Amino acid sequence: MNTTLCENIDWVGCVDWTVRDFHGYSTDRGATYNAFLIRDEKNALIDTVKEPFADQLLQNVAALTDLASVEYVVCNHAEPDHSGGMGRVMAMLPQATLVCDKKCLAILGHHHDVSGWKTRIVATGDTLSLGKRSLQFIETPMVHWPESMFTYVPEEKLLFSMDAFGQHYASSQRFDDEVPLCTVMDEAKTYYANIVMPFAKPVAAILDRAAELEIDMIAPSHGVIWRRHIPEILEAYRNWSQGRPKPKVLVIYDTMWDSTGEMARAIHEGASQAGVAAGLINVRTSNLTQIATETLDAACIAFGSSTLNQGVLPMAGAVLTYLKGLKPVNKVAVAFGSYGWSKGGAEAVDEDMKAMKWDVLREPIRALYRPTAEVLDECRAAGKILAEKAKEMACDRKANGRVCVDP
Amino acid sequence: MDLDMTRYACTVCSYGYHPMKGDPENGIPPGRPFASLPDDWRCPWCGASKDHFIPEEGEQDHTGGASL
Repeated sequence: MNTTLCENIDWVGCVDWTVRDFHGYSTDRGATYNAFLIRDEKNALIDTVKEPFADQLLQNVAALTDLASVEYVVCNHAEPDHSGGMGRVMAMLPQATLVCDKKCLAILGHHHDVSGWKTRIVATGDTLSLGKRSLQFIETPMVHWPESMFTYVPEEKLLFSMDAFGQHYASSQRFDDEVPLCTVMDEAKTYYANIVMPFAKPVAAILDRAAELEIDMIAPSHGVIWRRHIPEILEAYRNWSQGRPKPKVLVIYDTMWDSTGEMARAIHEGASQAGVAAGLINVRTSNLTQIATETLDAACIAFGSSTLNQGVLPMAGAVLTYLKGLKPVNKVAVAFGSYGWSKGGAEAVDEDMKAMKWDVLREPIRALYRPTAEVLDECRAAGKILAEKAKEMACDRKANGRVCVDP
Repeated sequence: MDLDMTRYACTVCSYGYHPMKGDPENGIPPGRPFASLPDDWRCPWCGASKDHFIPEEGEQDHTGGASL
């Protein structure tokens, strides 16, 4: 396995092959916790790993240098998947000074006893010389937490980007040109949708900062390292952070006795016939991670739920709660659903869509117990209208000068 | 009466509230002084409440209502 980014800068992280649930994020391809060792006149470790992997990280470091020779440990992000191993690492690196921003040290102090640690607080614009190479620090608040930070090595044009541009993707390879591009882009999209989406505005700010840097390599803290497809991932982040839609209609539903399911299929049929990408998701046979990922670039969403106890079905409610937190933007939407003696399901969906500031095209489509032929016609017509709208939205975006890059 | 156009920064995430821009996506039109924002307004980046905002460096806050 090639773990060398460039001369004397190596990946020393860990691959978590078997993790499938990352605080609710379905990690179907596992994960990696990336850490990097820079060997220079002064040696620096960039980031650590999740706590159970700390000893493996230390073994990886020890294979390259004496542990006592590591002078700096940079912490770009205090979340436990990168800093859980920090306590063990600081105990085993006797000469090490922790380098991080002020907020990071405060957060680390909630997780570890930092009282005996040597620390050096840095801020945007600060530089730390290692000898031939140096570290420049750029604070990137809310990408992903308030304390998050990039570390840049100008001599190598190498950016340690922490969670930004990451993917949950376990692999024997470390670089983007050693794995299928469609797979890595798919995982980068999943990661963006499920982790980064709520922070679109701060992401736009850091993309502007990144544009000022000369970059030959981007080393995120999860997944493979970008060295060949940097323009593609930067372009994808621009599109995602600006909420650029694709000509795509997504029909998401939950159903009790298939009345709402039948409505969903009719909407999907209407959208499909209008010649756009149309997806159909039953929330009980899919998962939150996939639904968020599919939602990210869909121009239009039809969301349905049968009425249960005057509200939505519980899994539909879970999806709506998750989406409200992720804040997908620029969506045109319609709610639908069946009901019996009292309404409430489609109405609650409609309310949540409006709370997300989606452009809701019409009042909810409703079916009393079973959808009649007229209701199904109404569903097909709504699907067609959503499809036409999706085409328009994608065209508007192209006219603004950019064409979406897959995925 | 002159409106207080002091900019405020979120101490949690560094988001800057600029009165001349407002926060239109969350219903705050341009021209609204920080002190006049509703009590339940939250930082659009990180969700921090108003009391996590401080006047930006070098600016004087004349209206009160903000403390760390």
